[in-house]
Amino acid sequence: MHMRKDKFVLGAGGLLTGAVNGLFGGGGGMIVVPFLTAVAKKPPLSAHATAILVILPVSLVSGIFYLINGYFDAEMFVAISAGVTFGGFLGARALNLLSAGEATVIFAAVMFAAGIRMIF
Amino acid sequence: MRFLIYVAAGVLGGVLGGMGMGGGTVLIPILTIFCGVEQHLAQSVNLVSFLPMALFSLKVHFSNGLVDTKGILWLILPAVVLSALGGFFVKELSGEALRVSFGVFLCLLAVWQAYAGAKQIAQRKKTGGSGNRESPEDA
Repeated sequence: MHMRKDKFVLGAGGLLTGAVNGLFGGGGGMIVVPFLTAVAKKPPLSAHATAILVILPVSLVSGIFYLINGYFDAEMFVAISAGVTFGGFLGARALNLLSAGEATVIFAAVMFAAGIRMIF
Repeated sequence: MRFLIYVAAGVLGGVLGGMGMGGGTVLIPILTIFCGVEQHLAQSVNLVSFLPMALFSLKVHFSNGLVDTKGILWLILPAVVLSALGGFFVKELSGEALRVSFGVFLCLLAVWQAYAGAKQIAQRKKTGGSGNRESPEDA
């Protein structure tokens, strides 16, 4: 992290993360993680945890713009926020599961199926 | 009933989000594919619902000593600027265009994740370890 090149690469990763998170309303964290492991040399679990901190201000800013644009539904926002917060609490405690590569592969398969479904 | 379905979708996305695994990549497709939520609205609720979840899960991660802030401002500052631009211009894009490009993004991420996961499994088999890649001094 002392090198200027590393900072430049992290900055470029930040631009990509912000563009994805703003336009797609999520997914930026998935870009942050490899930059934290490969460039900032953080161990995997630490990178996943730290990615949440990186995305927090990013999602806050883009979220404000979405709300200004009028994308809001009170019932949906309350219900989903409650569910996500409860789930997040469980997930944060289950972070060790990530060290099992199998979980990642299963997750990738589900994600691929969802992606295909969204394209067609 | 609708309320409960939303809560359940949120829990699913939240578990993965709390693991830093990209809850939004799960929550947004669940909402658009299974709940018929419009794409922009699904993206908006994902961004907003992430905020309280992030605070709670960060509390857990901080107390477990897993958060390492070194160098992250280099990521955060450009990301905040671009996310503001993205959030501002997203209304110009149709839900259909967003859905398709999000699908492409998901497929790319999935390939990357599968590769990372496979590498992890291979590494564990080679070292014969328990599968915990993190050494005690890192944790």
